[in-house]
Amino acid sequence: MENQLYLSSSPHIHSGETTDKVMRKVIYALLPATALSIYFFGLPALSVLLICTLGCMGFEALSCKLMKKPIALADGSAALTGILLALNMPPSSPWWLALFGAAIAILIGKQVYGGLGYNPFNPALVARVVLLISFPVQMTSWTSPAPLGSGLDAITTATPLGEMQTAVMLTGKLPELAHSGFLDYLTGNMAGSLGEVSAIALLLGGLYLLWKRVISWHIPVAFIGTVLVIGAIFWAVSPEKYPNPLFHLLTGGLLLGALFMATDMVTSPVTNKGMLIFGFGCGLLTVLIRLFGGYPEGVSFAILLMNAATPLIDRFCRPKIYGQAEAKA
Amino acid sequence: MSLVKEFTKGIWKENAVFKLLLGMCPLLAVTTSAENGLGMGAASTFVLVCSNVVVAILRKLIPPKVRIPAFIIIIATFVTVVQLCMEAWVYGLYQSLGIFIPLIVVNCLILGRAEAFASKRPVIDAAVDGLGMGLGFTLALFILGAVREVFGSGAILGFNLFGASYQPILLMILPPGAFITLGLLLALMSRMSQKS
Repeated sequence: MENQLYLSSSPHIHSGETTDKVMRKVIYALLPATALSIYFFGLPALSVLLICTLGCMGFEALSCKLMKKPIALADGSAALTGILLALNMPPSSPWWLALFGAAIAILIGKQVYGGLGYNPFNPALVARVVLLISFPVQMTSWTSPAPLGSGLDAITTATPLGEMQTAVMLTGKLPELAHSGFLDYLTGNMAGSLGEVSAIALLLGGLYLLWKRVISWHIPVAFIGTVLVIGAIFWAVSPEKYPNPLFHLLTGGLLLGALFMATDMVTSPVTNKGMLIFGFGCGLLTVLIRLFGGYPEGVSFAILLMNAATPLIDRFCRPKIYGQAEAKA
Repeated sequence: MSLVKEFTKGIWKENAVFKLLLGMCPLLAVTTSAENGLGMGAASTFVLVCSNVVVAILRKLIPPKVRIPAFIIIIATFVTVVQLCMEAWVYGLYQSLGIFIPLIVVNCLILGRAEAFASKRPVIDAAVDGLGMGLGFTLALFILGAVREVFGSGAILGFNLFGASYQPILLMILPPGAFITLGLLLALMSRMSQKS
């Protein structure tokens, strides 16, 4: 009986990838952006990060306990949601705002649907949008960066995208900052939420994820490509009124959204074709909201709307079952 | 079934909102405050009781083929009565409920009770059923409105609860807040009926 034949159902080959390994890699990938945000915005940024992360983990443990499920903190998904949420908040957020966001992300965004893997929307983005709609004043009070050790006090100011929208609305023309200052946007020396400021740090993290094959190129490339192409078309038509596509790329939450939020495995399509459609939709909605919408920034709304369309996209892109004849239309 | 049972079933066991999910349109739209919820509930209850009684009286006269138009005309009559009365005596509430007062005509709870109950039962039963169902609906509107008002405006029935430093959660008095609150309340209700 020693050479018993073990039978099990497929799949038989496992990549060795587990949820907690994936989550840990995404957290590593976010480290450069996180570190840079603390450098630029100082202690307030650190406290927002800590409150969001610990808050999310606390609410996760609480809801697991209430629902008498095993406490799934070890998979790192709650911590990741917390970090992503913090990167979406203004550095000057008061503590209650961050804590409330953590509660919304975990309780309304994730656990009411049944926990990790069942949530139709990205929990961190749900929380961000709920906060943005509920507390518009606090969620749009941006401060200019005051690097650690520079001795500067944080000054309240507008984000580049916000300033652009106001200027276009008032004068019909782009402000000066839409034509210059790209080096600052690239390194992250501008006003904005914690994670949307540094393009280089975000790109580094994104490349790491691509290298580790945690994400595939389809969503980020389709998302960013669509924004660049549509942005370029508008720019070519009227450079007076519409900003340079590089401005679209480097300001606001586009990189953070395209690399880390839209690629969330739970809430994005599974096939490559589906991912391309998903990324295109995100990009299109982002540009439309930025240029014609009521809010200066549209990345979070765009991703959430496409999250809602994900089941439909997956249905549309269902691969043909092997061995089946093509259905006659 | 006894009259008491006919009365109480509408409040809990067959509650129009929490158990049957009827009347969603006014429920989600007007419950931005407890007062609006109560006003809408009272208006709907009045229409429900009156239309139930009249339908029960006429139940043998209305030909089955045209019963739905006949019910709608009866309901619309009482809705017009309510609308004119509210405009005359509670103008503020009339304004804040707006289009949703005439829309009571198409509240499926009222047509549903006329069709399923009043057209088959004696007048007394129909009146008691309408009152119970109406009160159950009012209760649901009031609870939803109160929860949304407490979080969304920091007040209840207009009384400030938390003082000036409280930051109201604007989302709660916007449409998404209605859906989120209703969903959580439904979860709570089914949890409670599971236990009992």
